[in-house]
Amino acid sequence: MKNNWPLWEVFVRSKNGLEHRHFGSLHAADAEMALENARDVYTRRNEGVSIWVVESKHITASNPENSEELFDPAQDKVYRHPTFYTLPDEVKHM
Amino acid sequence: MSEKEVKNIGAEQSRSLEEIFDQRIARDEKIEPRDWMPEKYRKTHIRQISQHAHSEIVGMLPEGNWISRAPSMRRKVALLAKVQDEAGHGLYLYSACETLGISRDELYEQLHTGKAKYSSIFNYPTITWADIGAIGWLVDGAAIINQVPLCSTSYGPYARAMVRVCKEESFHQRQGYEIMMTLAKGTPEQKELAQDALNRWWWPSLMMLGPTDAESVHTEQSMKWKLKRKTNDELRQQFIDQTVPQADLIGLAIPDPELKWNEETGHYDFGEIDWDEFWQVVKGHGPCNKERLSARVNAWEEGEWVRDAAMAYAEKQDTKKLKKVI
Amino acid sequence: MKNENKIQYIYGIADNALILGQRLSELCGHGPNLETDIAMTNMALDLLGQTRSYYQYVAQLSGDDKTEDDIAFLRSERQYKNVLLVEQPNRHFGYVITRQFFYDVFHLLLLQELQNSSDETLSAIAKKGIKEVSYHQRFSSDWIKRLGDGTEESHQKVQEAIDDLWRFTDELFHMTDDDDMALQDNIGVNTIALKERYVQMVKEVFDEATLTIPETKWFQKGGKQGVHSEHMGYLLSDLQYMQRAYPNMKW
Repeated sequence: MKNNWPLWEVFVRSKNGLEHRHFGSLHAADAEMALENARDVYTRRNEGVSIWVVESKHITASNPENSEELFDPAQDKVYRHPTFYTLPDEVKHM
Repeated sequence: MSEKEVKNIGAEQSRSLEEIFDQRIARDEKIEPRDWMPEKYRKTHIRQISQHAHSEIVGMLPEGNWISRAPSMRRKVALLAKVQDEAGHGLYLYSACETLGISRDELYEQLHTGKAKYSSIFNYPTITWADIGAIGWLVDGAAIINQVPLCSTSYGPYARAMVRVCKEESFHQRQGYEIMMTLAKGTPEQKELAQDALNRWWWPSLMMLGPTDAESVHTEQSMKWKLKRKTNDELRQQFIDQTVPQADLIGLAIPDPELKWNEETGHYDFGEIDWDEFWQVVKGHGPCNKERLSARVNAWEEGEWVRDAAMAYAEKQDTKKLKKVI
Repeated sequence: MKNENKIQYIYGIADNALILGQRLSELCGHGPNLETDIAMTNMALDLLGQTRSYYQYVAQLSGDDKTEDDIAFLRSERQYKNVLLVEQPNRHFGYVITRQFFYDVFHLLLLQELQNSSDETLSAIAKKGIKEVSYHQRFSSDWIKRLGDGTEESHQKVQEAIDDLWRFTDELFHMTDDDDMALQDNIGVNTIALKERYVQMVKEVFDEATLTIPETKWFQKGGKQGVHSEHMGYLLSDLQYMQRAYPNMKW
């Protein structure tokens, strides 16, 4: 049989208060095993308090060929940023 | 338009894509898995990253050879953790390589059939406990010199894997040097073990940094893609300059009668490396090439029924869940 | 309870961790794939870590300048008190997992009781160990299920390992004189009382894994008295090699 273990992506929360971050990937036959393997591979040095795993094939990614149309239009929307607005110097905290 | 003209346009387009690509790298931008990349870039990276991954897992074998015989509990757990780290590093690197569109199984296949190479140093035998010290100190020392610049290489997944590897490796070399230091400070018999290990591992460690610049085929392209930051000869000099004082400090002698500090260059001069030996080992004639490869092949083949069982079980569980839903 | 008896009692627990840790660490670099290799090495590291805690305590109880290494490496074969189960060799992955599972279930039940020991050090070691061993037990149970209910070949292989290793499980519950003394002083655990729960836990996993406990009429014993199998001598030759070949040195 040539049925290879699928690839999983691993996300780890390093401590409470922080978001889960992509740590890497690994192979596992099922979700339970993926979690256990992730624990053994990616948190050997106390790196985490919570793990998510998702089979890589379930991730939908944007295509880098479309990145100009997806992301460039946001570049000139300066009014979304606080520095766009002028305030008198007297106003200290806003 | 004739077929030839179409081809020319195709070539033109890819040339300009390649120019943009090269400029991105020159600007220190990272290349990510789904980005356009020249086929040669992809192939070169698959070759280098997998070779690196193979070296990690083949490298587990010579050291693993001493886990069951480590001389103290403290050394035993440290060595076990270190060899386990190498499995982890192999895994990070295989994962990085897989982002280039090749599976780990295909990469194993290349290793097992001898198509892919791994670092030749692991074809030397570990015959005494002191060899474990020498490997940590010299082999990991040389590896770190090779690896640190890769943390900022152009391919994102490789760079990220290397950051993790380098962070974890930092204890490996210390572990080795501490073993050597303890032996060198120990009984005359222990010191002899340490000196003998240094004698055997010194030259292969120098060879680890690759053939001389004159012989090296990939250097220029690798520099452009930031797979390399310094030439093999520069790295070798760096390794020697940093290692010689470490040997002096613990009273061990580098086995090179021509080794001498050169005031003028500010570096050590050193003797001729036996490149014949190097190429012989690369070609498969090292003392342990056959043993290393067959250990890997055996583990993989003997594990097949286990991997198959896990897949079959997972599929059965999925079917059961599906039935419940219906 | 006299120190010497207490020490013997501790050997009865700690030597299992040492020998099983040694067996698992022989596999490092030879697992069925990288992920499993890493996982099993973690278990080896846990077990060797526990061993060190016990031996360091023994060294302290002995009062002379004994170290954990003297205890780990310089006893004669008859002085090791581990059960026969843990010294059985790594024949194939099915054996490794079955041996692990049979020990993990017992180990967890044992530590859950040992954490109530009136001896504070033993209680503390047990509390820390429970976290590690719960994970081991989960890991080995999951693999028993995968192998048992995986392919025909894996089912056959793991059942063969079970049929072979089950005869070593009864010894886990035997009480030595030192065990009895430790129990009387509220230091030790009544292992006989763990047996029913043990068989039940094993059976639950086996049911799910479509595996069966063999009908064994005769169980093997001896390890707890220091009478080991022929495998033990070779294991110790490896384990003790450096300390025997180069005595009285620092490493």
